[in-house]
Amino acid sequence: MTDEAPKQHERDAERAVDPMATGRDPKAELRLGASGGEAQETRDAERGHVFELENVTVRYAGVPAVRDISFKVYENEITALIGPSGCGKSTLLRCLNRMNDLVATATVEGRVIYHDQDLYAGDIDPVQVRKLIGMVFQKPNPFPKSIYDNIAYGPRVLGMTGDMDQIVERALRQAALWDEAKDRLKSNAYGMSGGQQQRLCIARALATGPDVILMDEPCSALDPISTGKIEDLMLELRKNYSIVIVTHNMQQAARVSDMTAFFTVELDEDLKHRTGKVVEYDETEKIFTNPGDERTEAYVTGKVG
Amino acid sequence: MSTPEAAARIVGSQPLKDRVQGQLFRFALLFSLAIGILSLLTLLIQVGVKGGPRFGADILNSFPSGNPDTAGARSAIFGTIWVISIVALVTIPIGIGAAIYLEEYANRERWWNRLIELNIQNLAAVPSIVYGILGLAFLVRGFADLGQTVLAGALTLSLLVMPVVIISAREAIRAVPDSIRQGSLALGATQWQTIRRQILPGAIPGMATGSILALSRAIGEAAPLVLLGALTFITFNPESLNSAFTVLPIQIFNWISRPQEEFKILAAAAILVLLIILLAMNAGAIYLRNRYQRKW
Repeated sequence: MTDEAPKQHERDAERAVDPMATGRDPKAELRLGASGGEAQETRDAERGHVFELENVTVRYAGVPAVRDISFKVYENEITALIGPSGCGKSTLLRCLNRMNDLVATATVEGRVIYHDQDLYAGDIDPVQVRKLIGMVFQKPNPFPKSIYDNIAYGPRVLGMTGDMDQIVERALRQAALWDEAKDRLKSNAYGMSGGQQQRLCIARALATGPDVILMDEPCSALDPISTGKIEDLMLELRKNYSIVIVTHNMQQAARVSDMTAFFTVELDEDLKHRTGKVVEYDETEKIFTNPGDERTEAYVTGKVG
Repeated sequence: MSTPEAAARIVGSQPLKDRVQGQLFRFALLFSLAIGILSLLTLLIQVGVKGGPRFGADILNSFPSGNPDTAGARSAIFGTIWVISIVALVTIPIGIGAAIYLEEYANRERWWNRLIELNIQNLAAVPSIVYGILGLAFLVRGFADLGQTVLAGALTLSLLVMPVVIISAREAIRAVPDSIRQGSLALGATQWQTIRRQILPGAIPGMATGSILALSRAIGEAAPLVLLGALTFITFNPESLNSAFTVLPIQIFNWISRPQEEFKILAAAAILVLLIILLAMNAGAIYLRNRYQRKW
């Protein structure tokens, strides 16, 4: 995938204002324009989507962790999953690149449609899925190798051909890490700060040329400055990639995301099992300023949670 | 409580009872440590004093003989090297393979995998003489009918240390954090690529240490080999897998059971040789561990 991905949405040309230059919220203007009913509908019509979830239920050993999730994840947008701990946000995120396959007792019902392909159809190879749908984890998890080898690992295992130096440089540049890393490519990644390590993990995910990047609380272990850098990076990456992020930080969801899904936890009849479900899924602006459900309102305004 | 009062309480030492208890516990720990170290030292000094003068090139160059002055342990040293090399070649690949299967592929929901795990734990606790009986019945005679050869002895010892190799390799694999595994898989690496490029390199120090310690155990074993009929009076080096052989522990056992004092001295010198080989192997284990050790 080149930097100028042809699939880039027209709308994003407007958005692709440098987030560093304009402060943190290049989409604020756009939002005002889009809030009118008609404009909203036109937008919806021209939006492509990467994922369409249809009644997704994930069970661990038969016990549902999330139930009946249905929503669309749009192309070249940032979709945030928010909600209290234990509501299954991460579980759902891990369905999107079949990382749940690693848990022997996990089963997925419903359909997770990626473009037009059901990811849980019988003939789908989870390894191929993960090539297209990258993931960044809660705690930075660089490999115990050099910075260079961390980035080159993905392309190497995928058998990508081409100039590896170029692939590494491009990934590091995309992750806004090139200037900090270019003089120490051969040194161990563990020598970097936590924030740098997390951006390295993002660069590592970008190096294989994915279509979607899933982020599972990528900033929860980082200080506010590193967090800010990663948020800027996400806004930049949105031009070429679609991002789904799980976050506990509501300001973060409000700052970076276009769409937000609010999850909640429900206890079953015997009060034994906790199951997550989506209360509300809408434009981030609406979720945070004019939520349709009082539980969402209570959560985003900090009354509960 | 007002602040000055609270501050006053941090002045002074612990109550007498707490101090006595602390000291007693500390003394008990030192005592336990001393028992181990002192008995080892006594053993080493005794063997060193007794065998030291006799220790030298002779013992490496001469074959056993009825004359204690000219006798050496050359055939036993070579026998030990042959046997332990084969044990290493057999146990390390198979043991690590089994450990990878159990840690990375086996589904613990399946009863047969749990049964295998349980049995490996149990096998590690079986007395070595029982392996000797097994080797005699199935390898020397019976099924394999190898005779009293280097191969039969090495395979018997391989069975003996295999569980230890498997268990330590599993520990080493388990020590590689799951986040590394997930990071690799999330990039689209296959399970085998993840094992080959992330798990195994990360587990090398632990697996090397465990394997060498297991081999050290094998090198000191006499009982199962005595039962197999590893001969004690061999005046030639093993030449192939089918050679008759002896090993150092058996040679030492043989010399010590002779009435003449000279043979007892010779035995002490042979013990020194065995100790040197063992310490060299342990040093190797420590070197490998430090060389490849990594922090996660």
